[in-house]
Amino acid sequence: MKNLDSVLAAYLAGWAIFFAYYISVARRTAALRKEVERLKQSLTRGK
Amino acid sequence: MLKTIVTCVLLFVLIALTAYIAFHYAPIERTMGIIQKIFYLHLPAAFTSFVALGVCFFANLMYVFKREAKWDWLGVSAAEVGLAFISVVLVTGPIWAHPVWGIWWTWDARLTLTFVLWLLYVAYLMLRSMLEEPEKRALLSALFGIFAFLDVPLVYFSIRWWRTQHPQPVILGGAGSGLDPRMRIAYLLVWAVFLALMVLLLKARYTLESARADVDELRREAEAV
Repeated sequence: MKNLDSVLAAYLAGWAIFFAYYISVARRTAALRKEVERLKQSLTRGK
Repeated sequence: MLKTIVTCVLLFVLIALTAYIAFHYAPIERTMGIIQKIFYLHLPAAFTSFVALGVCFFANLMYVFKREAKWDWLGVSAAEVGLAFISVVLVTGPIWAHPVWGIWWTWDARLTLTFVLWLLYVAYLMLRSMLEEPEKRALLSALFGIFAFLDVPLVYFSIRWWRTQHPQPVILGGAGSGLDPRMRIAYLLVWAVFLALMVLLLKARYTLESARADVDELRREAEAV
């Protein structure tokens, strides 16, 4: 079918952007949560 | 970790749903053929970006008047999510344009203003990354966000005000425009899915911003001890 490759490319690219963005948000959140735990522990030790 | 996996599965379900609507339910357009299926990704992404940037604009206004951190968090979250949707518009547009127009890109009013919109929100995020002090960062980025939003109505009306390579509106375009009823239903269903996706991404990004505020608070406490 003519141009089917372009349609698939558009859909793959579009959804890849959403996935990449969500993974980036999830990774940044996980890193910050670890940092929160580390800071809480260091504050508890300091008291 | 479990939440991330569940969300990724949900994203896959949303992809399958939009693919089913676009490829199975909606009819094939007579002139352009199968390439017109990009419409069901391109246009809902564009309208969803307008909604996300509208949320950003509202949050920016609320921050200027109320000076509450939650509005700043919502503003930056909506700006980033809106930017993801505009990126999809800017990537899928040229892939559609090449076989139909014979060119990937042209500097007509609609395309140029959309690219400017993308640049404005990249600048919004860059501005935030350059400012250290939280209140100053929130206020300056809110003011810049209000200015940046002025481009959204320009993008929307550009194909009504000027002659462009980009097609004239098929939705709310007045006499002579319009869609096949099944195409319209398919478009509205995909847009509903995209709005759900926007809420999901916005929620995840807001959680990130509140975690960042927790880290800042704890760091200040640690420095004071």
